[in-house]
Amino acid sequence: MAQKKKFLYVNRKAPYGTIYALEALEVVLIGAAFEQDVSLAFLDDGVFQLMAGQDTAAASMKNFSRTFKALGDYDVRKFYVERESLAERGLTVEDLMPITYEDEAEDYAEKPSIIPVSRAEMAALIAQQDVVLSF
Amino acid sequence: MSTLHTVNKTPFERNALQSCVGHLSPGDALLMIEDGVVGARKGSSATAMVQAALASGGVYALASDLDARGIRPEDMIEGIQRVDYGGFVDLVAQHARTVAWL
Repeated sequence: MAQKKKFLYVNRKAPYGTIYALEALEVVLIGAAFEQDVSLAFLDDGVFQLMAGQDTAAASMKNFSRTFKALGDYDVRKFYVERESLAERGLTVEDLMPITYEDEAEDYAEKPSIIPVSRAEMAALIAQQDVVLSF
Repeated sequence: MSTLHTVNKTPFERNALQSCVGHLSPGDALLMIEDGVVGARKGSSATAMVQAALASGGVYALASDLDARGIRPEDMIEGIQRVDYGGFVDLVAQHARTVAWL
């Protein structure tokens, strides 16, 4: 089998106003079938995709935020969230949904998928990738 | 190996250029395309951002998009290099990865 590649999906847009966030999620789900080393990055308005308590009922749109919680089952377990982007928007990590995965190496212990990083760490993360897909 | 970053939005409406410049690693290249080329014009409020990118690595702008918008070589921030489509391909080939700032 070909060697795994490092894929980074960069999310920079808020959900619902445009199709970008939903399309990114669709591509991540499709990409998960290829068993690559997948990371998600949330920066700029992309951090709004992970907000807790999203309720789209009155807006008559599909609330896809719950799908992020299922990604752990597809081996998508690294959600890098930029601290500066949160702070610029008056947000903290506590405003985000809890997203976890089950670590089969440790008796399926629940572990957090969200990894807060600085802007400099995000730049370094980009520099480690084989493929970067932007949304 | 370094990264090629493309920016296709004007810095006067979107933060793509600003965000891109904030995530450059030393040696990375920045290529302005489509409406991104309006950031190449000198004397604008975006000039400092472009100069930060120039300090990090090469900054390029797609000639056909500059021409279409009436931005002449003498209008451009010093140090930005004009490239044609072939130059665009060369930049992609010279870098390990390409990141599109949309």
